Amino acid sequence: MRAILQRIAALTKKELLALLRDAASRAVLIGPPIIQLVVFGYAATFDLKNIPFVVYNQDAGVSSRDLIARFTGSPNFHLLHAVHSQKEIAAAINTESALLAIDIGPDFTRRIERGQSAHMQLILDGRDSNTAAMASGYAQTIVRNFNQNWIAKHGGTPSSTVLMERAWFNPNLESRWFIVPGICGILTLLVSMLTTGLSVAREREMGTFDQLLVTPLRPTEILLGKALPGFIVGTLEGSLIILVAVFWFHVPFNGSILALYFGLFCFLLSTVGIGLMISSLAVTQQQGLLGVFLFMVPAIVLSGFATPIANMPIAVQYITLLDPLRYFLIILRSCFLQGAEGSLLWPQYLPLIAIGLVSMTIAGQLFRRRLN
Amino acid sequence: MKSMRLAGLMRKEAYEIIRDPSSIAIAFLLPLVLLLIFGYGVSLDAHHIAVAEVVDHPTHLTASFLGELNRSQWFRPTLYPDTASAQRALMKGHVSAILWLRSDFTRRAYRRGEAPIQLSVNGVDANQARIIENYVQGAWQVWQQQEATREDKPLASPVVLDARVWFNPALRSRDYLIPGLIAIIMTLIGALLTALVVAREWERGTMEGIMVTPVTRTEILLGKLLPYFVIGMGGMALSTLMAVFLFDVPLRGSLWVLFGSAALFLLTALGMGLMISVVARSQFVAAMVAIVTTFLPAFILSGFLFDIRSMPRIIQFLTHIVAARYFVAILQSTFLAGDIPSLILRNCLGMGALCAIFLGLAFARFHKRLD
Repeated sequence: MRAILQRIAALTKKELLALLRDAASRAVLIGPPIIQLVVFGYAATFDLKNIPFVVYNQDAGVSSRDLIARFTGSPNFHLLHAVHSQKEIAAAINTESALLAIDIGPDFTRRIERGQSAHMQLILDGRDSNTAAMASGYAQTIVRNFNQNWIAKHGGTPSSTVLMERAWFNPNLESRWFIVPGICGILTLLVSMLTTGLSVAREREMGTFDQLLVTPLRPTEILLGKALPGFIVGTLEGSLIILVAVFWFHVPFNGSILALYFGLFCFLLSTVGIGLMISSLAVTQQQGLLGVFLFMVPAIVLSGFATPIANMPIAVQYITLLDPLRYFLIILRSCFLQGAEGSLLWPQYLPLIAIGLVSMTIAGQLFRRRLN
Repeated sequence: MKSMRLAGLMRKEAYEIIRDPSSIAIAFLLPLVLLLIFGYGVSLDAHHIAVAEVVDHPTHLTASFLGELNRSQWFRPTLYPDTASAQRALMKGHVSAILWLRSDFTRRAYRRGEAPIQLSVNGVDANQARIIENYVQGAWQVWQQQEATREDKPLASPVVLDARVWFNPALRSRDYLIPGLIAIIMTLIGALLTALVVAREWERGTMEGIMVTPVTRTEILLGKLLPYFVIGMGGMALSTLMAVFLFDVPLRGSLWVLFGSAALFLLTALGMGLMISVVARSQFVAAMVAIVTTFLPAFILSGFLFDIRSMPRIIQFLTHIVAARYFVAILQSTFLAGDIPSLILRNCLGMGALCAIFLGLAFARFHKRLD
């Protein structure tokens, strides 16, 4: 037993040295994930700030000026300039300098004062339809507040119902709280792919894998020796990434650390397994690289990182069940925002362990096949 | 530069491509698989959102409100007997929102007014939560109008907002996500095709063989670039066909603009791969750099998913070194809006500058000597 452990330790040490001895690969492994977390953490937000807009106001009255002032006063909107024709609106939208245009007709104030409804036209750039829908939502809120205010001041029947909205776990609906834990998951995936995805393919191409096979190491021991560096580097970098999320981005961490770390362990089990599987299937590093992308890109896109799994067609939703990142993102978000205890997370842990065991076994089989 | 020598190098590279079919796989399998998965998988349009409805005291009024809400395809309502069970369902993720009409809802609505409709959304996915709130607000307003007309009490709404969405009136998120995806996929193709080609020759020692021949370094690099350019354009054609015919994304601009800008972008992406390959010198490091610098920056910083204008200033500035940013803008515009010369020109200039930098660096760092 001791001899086995010694052999595995020796191989692990050799693998870590191969990764970290070279200054360039060491730099790539440690620097970019942290830099990317900070850059992406700031970049990846669905919250719209300073939506650039133009105004075509043909009305000279008070009401239109009051309404426009509500837009310019909102942190969500940023007035570029006033325009003086429909054509200028088209130019501003077409060239993407403005996301929306407000068009107010000449009789706006007069109609309101007569007690009629005045129309305000909102023209939105639909090329990015999510942004357009969000911006339209913000504008609706401003107009609704304006209306309530006007009715309160000038009399009229208040509406019979009010809509009271409350958001759980994220009261101000900061999308950063949702996205940053997701980026933690993605970068942990990235690190474990970097450490394992090419490790066997590289030795194959260089011919050193055959040398490894003639040593007294058994395939299982080779597998463990190749897997452990992934765990070590993944856990360390994962921890660093989580610390940055909590202390730099101030994403609230309400859950149990133990539940999170058990999730991280299960996740690394599955990604290291898949990484080794890809790597031992590949004959050249070029194929290994292709394999890493063919796994990593769909894994990220289908994980529910930015686009909810519930929006996907049923068939694609079934595919996501094979995606380890899907489970880890739920674990991360539950631990960060919902304050979940570990016991609620077993439906996420178990599939990760299953994926890990299956992929590790396949990777081991692929080593063995080379032996015969 | 001798065209015969260049042709020879290109033929050699073509043999390499045929021998290890992973290059062909990158150009054709990658876009096929990714566009299929993304095209069907990536959507920000919520349909059939699971909503828990709790009605303490059902009446005509609550029924008419819920009727309006449930008529839309956006919600998949489930009636819960009390708020406690609805809250448990929200905690477990079975529902995304709870709509609660209290026992005094009808009484208050008819007497004092301002009867509360309480909407609690799961805010973990903030974007989704906002979409749900917007949907409920829309349904609520329609319902108010209907109630007002039915009771012949005109609803006082001084300002009515007419929102018109240009280029994508139905707000189909797929129509803008798929053109963006083409840019992401082309980024991957470009970098994957060339990231290893020079490093591979250094590692195998075959570069030394090429060096003793009279070919110049321009010829070597061009010989590496052109065959992959042809393959990459094939991938672009495949992606465009799938976008238009499989996913019904309208193509309102011209094919010339589409493929002209694609050629420039592909050159930039290949140039980036080549630069990585020249600078890294070992395949392992080149592969790691390619994994780290291609997909995620293009995915998050290109404006494909997250609006660049909402990012902090300094990050907006950083996005200028992501080539996909320019191509995403051109693609979204060319597919949905048509040819807009100033926008195309602006973005092509950005791409051209990056392309010159990448190829220039690859060329400058590629010395024809052994050291």
